[in-house]
Amino acid sequence: MRIWDHTTGKVVVYNSSFQVSQGRCLAIVGESGSGKSVTCRAIMRLNTFKMRQSGNIRLNGVDLAELSEADMRRHRGRHLCLIMQNGMRAFDPSSPVGSHFRDTLWQHYGWSRSQITSRMAKAMGSVRLQDPVALMNKYPHQLSGGMLQRMMIALAIVLEPTLIIADEPTSALDTLSQYEVMEQLIALRAETGCAMIFVSHDLSLVQRIADDIVVMRDGEILEHGTTADIFSGTRHEYTRHLLEAKQRLNRNFSNRMGGLQHVDR
Amino acid sequence: MNGYIIKRTLLAAPLLIIISFLTFALNHLSPLNPAEVVLRAQGVPQITQALIAETEAALGMDRPFLIRYADWLASCLRLDFGDSYITGTPVWSLLGPALLNTLKLTMVSVIAILALSVGLGILCALKEGRLLDRSVRGVSFFLTSMPSAWLAAMMIWYFSVKLDWLPTSGMDSSAGYILPVTVLTVSYAGIYFRIIRSSMLSQLYEDYTLYARACGLPERKITLRMLKNSMQVAVSVFCMAVPVILGSTVVVESIFAWPGLGALTVNSILGRDFPVIQAYVLVLAASFVVFNTLSDLINAALNPRLRKEF
Repeated sequence: MRIWDHTTGKVVVYNSSFQVSQGRCLAIVGESGSGKSVTCRAIMRLNTFKMRQSGNIRLNGVDLAELSEADMRRHRGRHLCLIMQNGMRAFDPSSPVGSHFRDTLWQHYGWSRSQITSRMAKAMGSVRLQDPVALMNKYPHQLSGGMLQRMMIALAIVLEPTLIIADEPTSALDTLSQYEVMEQLIALRAETGCAMIFVSHDLSLVQRIADDIVVMRDGEILEHGTTADIFSGTRHEYTRHLLEAKQRLNRNFSNRMGGLQHVDR
Repeated sequence: MNGYIIKRTLLAAPLLIIISFLTFALNHLSPLNPAEVVLRAQGVPQITQALIAETEAALGMDRPFLIRYADWLASCLRLDFGDSYITGTPVWSLLGPALLNTLKLTMVSVIAILALSVGLGILCALKEGRLLDRSVRGVSFFLTSMPSAWLAAMMIWYFSVKLDWLPTSGMDSSAGYILPVTVLTVSYAGIYFRIIRSSMLSQLYEDYTLYARACGLPERKITLRMLKNSMQVAVSVFCMAVPVILGSTVVVESIFAWPGLGALTVNSILGRDFPVIQAYVLVLAASFVVFNTLSDLINAALNPRLRKEF
């Protein structure tokens, strides 16, 4: 796939190609500006008007790039599910969060209001959200980022998509919420058996959840391999640099914390 | 929400009192003696000091300032703004019908401006950067920069004189509305259209629209959500547009001989008719407060976050 800015002609992502199999998790790693998010949005065909893309996006044999806009819309949510970076901004600020769930599920399944509430309540319970029905009547600003993030995961559980794209789902959260959201994402994979693309710049998170890793820099894929391969013996200098930077930080941190050895992030 | 409505409405009361005090005080800073104005208006040939003192007593001008203010305020609340110095008739009998006429013109214009700028604003925001958006913006820029007096004159010349389709002036029939409303709409819609467009555009790149799309919601529903969120800017702007246009129709009213506030105030200012000027300023300032309160209430209904602030 190739993505470029049509107003300036600047290429944002060069010919990049990767695949995710059913039940596996692929992590896309790289600095900010390396083209991770643009790639994710390109898969959903949701980049802004000035971003153009070419190439194929195959999902279960269907080329998403060839679909009409209406067919693509039916695929979004139902087959491809996005989990956004910032839960606080992902929901319409002037409607209760429940209205988003109702609109989405009604759109794809045509369920009644009570069916939607009971299914969502069950899914929200499974991501450890207390009192789901009351939460659905709250406005986004009345909830925390971690709660909203888990609500997006709950919606994904109900939607049962083929592929979940999690675009830096934890980087806007504090460490504790980050931990909880990661647990839920791992559980979500186990529960639905779906494929997942996990975008992050945090290598320790990647190590926990991913089966395969793609390393991106400046719109190019530098390296592609299984998590074990990349972490044990990477060939590319840039990836080594990323890993070393992380190890240096950890050493520094544990020195300052008085030599605590269990710190691994 | 009910609590918010009550608090917000009560908050407007002290503001109105301050405004009324300033209105009253400003008129009294004027170097002219009202008693003299009254005597001149009555055509008294020889204005003597004794005559002035007598008139002052009749007008109650010899009493202390604060007592006069309290008296004036109490009668204002009953819509009794005193008598005009020039015609001697109650101010409200002059101001009331004029206010109603201007209000009719203003409301029709505001509705036209609202319909045009909201419609075009949404359309242009959704088609940002394309030909439609660029041409609408160009035309609106051109129309907004035309002086309304010149535009009015040209329209009278073409539609009323040359084609003889529409009346040149007056408000005898509903056709009389067409030209003044068009002039006002053309002068203001360009400005308000830009505000709607840019507030819609800022919503276009919000995360929630991306997430709504990613969940497969139809564009129609997403546009409605964006509209609801961008309306908050628009509501304040349009609520304030009513008093702004109310106060600035003078030019258009005088060109189309509209029997509204414009003509009345210009005559009162030239004739130093203090009670009328005072009442006009008070009514206009009060309408700002009223519409501002109204916009806050509508916004609170639209935006749950605002309700908490009180």
